[in-house]
Amino acid sequence: MSSEVLSNHAAHDDDHEHHHDAGEMKVFGFWIYLMTDCILFASIFAGFAVLSTAYAGGPTPKELIDLKLVLVETFALLFSSITYGMAMLAMYRGDKGKTLSWLAATFVFGAMFLSIELYEFNHLIHEGAGPQVSAYWSAFFTLVGTHGLHVTAGLTWMAIMMHQVATRGLTATNQTRLSCLSLFWHFLDVVWICVFTVVYLMGAL
Amino acid sequence: MFGKLTFDAIPLHEPILVVTMIAVVLGGLAVFAGLTYFKKWGYLWTEWLTSVDHKKIGVMYIAVALVMLLRGFADAIMMRTQQALAHGGAEGYLPPHHYDQIFTAHGTIMIFFVAMPLVVGLMNIVVPLQIGARDVAFPFLNSLSFWLFVVGALLINVSLFVGEFAMTGWVAYPPLSGIEYSPGVGVDYYIWALQISGIGTLLTGVNFFVTIIKMRAPGMTLMKMPIFTWTILCTAVIICGAFPILTAVLGMLTLDRYLDFHFFTNEAGGNPMMYVNLLWAWGHPEVYILILPAFGVFSEVTATFARKRLFGYHSMVWATVAITVLSFVVWLHHFFTMGSGASVNAFFGIATMIIAIPTGVKIFTWLFTMYRGRLEFTTPILWTLGFLVTFSIGGMTGVLLAVPGADFLLHNSLFLIAHFHNVIIGGAVFGYMAGIAYWFPKAFGFKLHEGWGKASFWFWCIGFYFAFMPLYILGFMGMTRRLNTVDNPEWVPLTYVALFGAVLVGIGILCTVIQFVVSIMNRKKNMDVTGDPWNGRTLEWSMSSPPPFYNFAVVPHADKLDAFHEMKRDGLPTPPATYSPIHMPKNTGVGLVMSAFALAFGFALIWHIWWLAAVSFVGTFVALISRSYNEDVDYYVQPDEIARIEQAHIQAKANQA
Repeated sequence: MSSEVLSNHAAHDDDHEHHHDAGEMKVFGFWIYLMTDCILFASIFAGFAVLSTAYAGGPTPKELIDLKLVLVETFALLFSSITYGMAMLAMYRGDKGKTLSWLAATFVFGAMFLSIELYEFNHLIHEGAGPQVSAYWSAFFTLVGTHGLHVTAGLTWMAIMMHQVATRGLTATNQTRLSCLSLFWHFLDVVWICVFTVVYLMGAL
Repeated sequence: MFGKLTFDAIPLHEPILVVTMIAVVLGGLAVFAGLTYFKKWGYLWTEWLTSVDHKKIGVMYIAVALVMLLRGFADAIMMRTQQALAHGGAEGYLPPHHYDQIFTAHGTIMIFFVAMPLVVGLMNIVVPLQIGARDVAFPFLNSLSFWLFVVGALLINVSLFVGEFAMTGWVAYPPLSGIEYSPGVGVDYYIWALQISGIGTLLTGVNFFVTIIKMRAPGMTLMKMPIFTWTILCTAVIICGAFPILTAVLGMLTLDRYLDFHFFTNEAGGNPMMYVNLLWAWGHPEVYILILPAFGVFSEVTATFARKRLFGYHSMVWATVAITVLSFVVWLHHFFTMGSGASVNAFFGIATMIIAIPTGVKIFTWLFTMYRGRLEFTTPILWTLGFLVTFSIGGMTGVLLAVPGADFLLHNSLFLIAHFHNVIIGGAVFGYMAGIAYWFPKAFGFKLHEGWGKASFWFWCIGFYFAFMPLYILGFMGMTRRLNTVDNPEWVPLTYVALFGAVLVGIGILCTVIQFVVSIMNRKKNMDVTGDPWNGRTLEWSMSSPPPFYNFAVVPHADKLDAFHEMKRDGLPTPPATYSPIHMPKNTGVGLVMSAFALAFGFALIWHIWWLAAVSFVGTFVALISRSYNEDVDYYVQPDEIARIEQAHIQAKANQA
């Protein structure tokens, strides 16, 4: 999807084919990077699976996790993927204003997701289920927290992109970067679906 | 203010370290003074440190690797000397806590800071030239990768003089490497050196994968790629698949040590064996990251000096691909003794043995390439012949170790040590040495001295047998690895033989150093103006040596295997009347600046200097973000400049003819 659109825009671009090639290559490279990130998550998932019952006599997720809250959290992230998609559609139309508004909406949903996650972490620690309590909670906080760190990085990146689009417009460079961020953001959604299933549904239902 | 760091951290009570420290300081001052006196700082900064040119980055990788080789070898000879001295009640000269740091540092340095940078250095110099590209896909990222690797190398050297290094062995198994049993900073040095340089390696893997997939010359389909490029493609795949696991497992160990998590602790449900599994799920693919590029070098060298095309190109490619896949399904053979049960051990034992099949295919491919060829006995071909014999022995002892029943006896014995040095030195290192001798004239424009190169080979090769064959026997006699003292008198004579072998290898390394010095001094005599000193077959030999910074004035067409060989036969393309402008990346110091922050970040975390960690973390990302605002990152080389450079090369060739 992304590379196809990039070539559309390269046609508008006066500047040779280089930006088209370079942009396409960057998106491809970013794909490969995401696959390595996927393996990073896979390793942490494997660790979580091994330790998924290592409560060491401490609290279990069934006792403490509020699935309703997690459902809200999940929908915040899923909606943010939709709004990011809208931002990309606006970008393809060359509509800078709409792109920025949809990015802002995505940012808000992402921030909402992150706030709920931090609230949950805080709640769990207060209930006596911090990561130091047992191997299970170590793995829980690491897996969910690694995803959360990725979302934080994505939000930082998004804020910078909004500034760059606002000041420089939808240049070829910015379009490539928005495409990469798009991949990153949807990737985090996919990872969250796995987290939601493996950690929350299988663990706390 | 300075966390755990105090003046006591500097080991002034250790005479060996104090002498080393003085030598390093004096050496550093001499380099600093020399650069200042000859006014070379500006040159160093603009031409090298901020360069994004893959050829220069490759040269810098290899230069750092050779320096680290000296450090890693110093560790080796100290261990051999200690074992030869410490028997019959004598304690030798290295107390256990020092000896343990030495064997840990030796393994860590040799794998991460010698072998890896030699691989990455060679691929940097050669791959874009072989595929007809003007640089790698992401030149800035390449520079960042290099500097992150340098950060790791620096951290490990700093640990020598500030604090201590890990005493856990190079794989740092918990619970020994956990905070309870390793409360010092040694394991933290290990973690951050590997974590930071590992991220650099991962980025290199992504970079070269994209480069090879996307930037090949027109006509060069995958099955027309030179074999070395094929092996690097597979290496890049393994890096992308394996290094994230290392990042994850080191991250978990970090959380255990810094924040009292319980991934690998004995209490609270932690599982130390999970560390061992995850570490080797990275670690075994890692050994193929080291060996596949060496296989690529041997293939190029054999075809060139046998004056034949490589026998069985397709089998070679598929053997490489098979090894790439299999490399991910054998990790458990590193710990058969864990007790996974017979069926699990049997699976991994058989999977391990299966790797011998594609490897055997390769051995025969090289043999048949030489068969009825007109082999020229140059230095690179000597390394190749030495490899064929030595690596075959190492491979066979590997198959022996792959039998779980045998492994229960040989696990952690010197037999294992002999085996993996046999394949890593006799396979990987010989390959890198061949590669350096083979491509040195391409990178610098003059050949290395043959006599010293051959001397180096013979000392390395014979030294290897003296140093490691005794270890096989000692392994059978029951001697385990990492012993500080030898308490069985029957083992003593063989430890002397091993020390003798290590000294021979040391002379081999010395010959290499002399070879560089002599070759640089006599460079006028060994000058190669043709750019094709070996009558090579692949595209990297088609331009001047050293190549112009844009590599190819005109992007070549490579629709045949051994493209340059075919071109030479069919008549080389004539230079065009006018050249087109070439799009090139500008040099940048951002990778260096980011890595300087990363160095401060790593050091701060090791010593718990939290404010510095926060500042340098922010600094790293501010440097990156500021670069994202810089749009002046590339330029066009103008046709008249290209014409001038190309004309000079054509003229030089004509003058010599």
